Amino acid sequence: MIDVLIIGGGIAGIETACSLQDLGYETVIVEKERTIGGHLNNWDTLFPTHRPASEVLEYYTEETRKRALTIYLNTYVTSIIKLDDGTFEVNTSRDVIFHSKTVVIASGYSLFNAERKEEYGYKIYDNVLTSADLEKKLKTLNGEFKTPTDKVPEKIAFIHCVGSRDEKSGNHYCSKLCCVTAVKQAIHMKQICPQADIFCCYMDLRMYGPGFEEMYREAQEKYHIQFIRGRLSEVGENADGTLQLKVEDTLAARPSKIKVDMLVLMVGMESPQSTALFKETCGLQCAPNRFIQPNDHHIGSNKTNIDGLFTAGTSIGPMSIFDTINHAKASAITIKNYLSRN
Amino acid sequence: MRNFGFTTTKSRTIDYEKIDTRLISYILQNEPSFNACLSCGSCTAICSAGNLTSFNIRKLSLQIRLGDIENTKLEIDKCMLCGKCLLECPRGINTRNVIMLIKKGLNIIDKNEI
Ligand code: SF4
Ligand code: SF4
Ligand code: SF4
Repeated sequence: MIDVLIIGGGIAGIETACSLQDLGYETVIVEKERTIGGHLNNWDTLFPTHRPASEVLEYYTEETRKRALTIYLNTYVTSIIKLDDGTFEVNTSRDVIFHSKTVVIASGYSLFNAERKEEYGYKIYDNVLTSADLEKKLKTLNGEFKTPTDKVPEKIAFIHCVGSRDEKSGNHYCSKLCCVTAVKQAIHMKQICPQADIFCCYMDLRMYGPGFEEMYREAQEKYHIQFIRGRLSEVGENADGTLQLKVEDTLAARPSKIKVDMLVLMVGMESPQSTALFKETCGLQCAPNRFIQPNDHHIGSNKTNIDGLFTAGTSIGPMSIFDTINHAKASAITIKNYLSRN
Repeated sequence: MRNFGFTTTKSRTIDYEKIDTRLISYILQNEPSFNACLSCGSCTAICSAGNLTSFNIRKLSLQIRLGDIENTKLEIDKCMLCGKCLLECPRGINTRNVIMLIKKGLNIIDKNEI
């Protein structure tokens, strides 16, 4: 019987495992992909410092190696069952069933599929990317930055709230991180394409964290990013591959047309399908936004409605990397308290 | 009174205590979702009438909240009732129904029934 089974080998899962191992508990991580690190593997730089994401990834790879953590890669959980004696049986896609005293759901989030907002032209027009596509492009950039149709961009627009704060997408909530990511990416694009005019079309700018508002100001003052307060209503393509945006500049109270070479959709975060599966197999309670419902928002955010079943990171909702790491550390302490009581 | 050579105009300051709430109350009673407007402008950007005339449905909604009934009377007939705004609204507001209610509400106000 293992002490803690951790579902997900992203930053949240790894940090939880490291902290618990240091407290003397035996942990096993189950990860569906072939590497640890989750979404961080696909990210180029991190806000608010623009540091390479690979630095954080390397840190966690080293921490994992030092502790010789047990990780099952290419393995996904098919069900979590709570047994009568209070322990858990966790079934997986492999021929292995785990028995553990506690389980941590650190399975993170999925990115909103931008094809669902057809009017924004993703996968219809070549020069429409998502924020995640842009990170991948920047990560592998070799030489000059060009748009998908091979042009050095002169105009780029970032569209906030794609698949977030939108009833039509079925996601009423704010994904919290896309505003600051847009500002970070806009600055990055201006640094590598100084000739380009860059626009951010937003409804509200949510610069909630330390250093975020400063980045926003820097984007205005130093990089001359133009912030337009209006939500994109639709995109069309011109014969030359440029894109025509229809946005109301609500501060000027006039509809406007913006022609750009590249459009970046700031896709939101969604609860992954696995959460719905856990909900089904063990009666886990989810919030109306489909993320896991914390047992108590303020003093029990790592607990769920099921005793012995805990969370770490974005399985409960959008969270930055530093918030994720803190949430994972808190999860370890919460589990320690639980295990020493039982 | 002494003549200073200029006339004063109505104050430009919004006085929230003196807003004519007849129209907005009527709309909200029948379409409560109208209160959820974010003023995002999606409806205006897509609006068929707004692209041809100075009509701005989002701005008009704000003016209704501030009790500007006279201007609403002049503006509302520019709407073609095409319903495109309805497809866009991120808050899922039935904007078309709002427009119908504006028209009905103005009629009722004209007849002094509210
Ligand atoms: S963080 Fe900004 S872009 Fe993301 S959903 Fe919230 S308001 Fe929209
Ligand atoms: S219904 Fe009226 S307000 Fe809405 S898009 Fe059509 S013309 Fe514009
Ligand atoms: S689209 Fe909806 S939320 Fe946006 S301004 Fe129009 S009515 Fe308001």
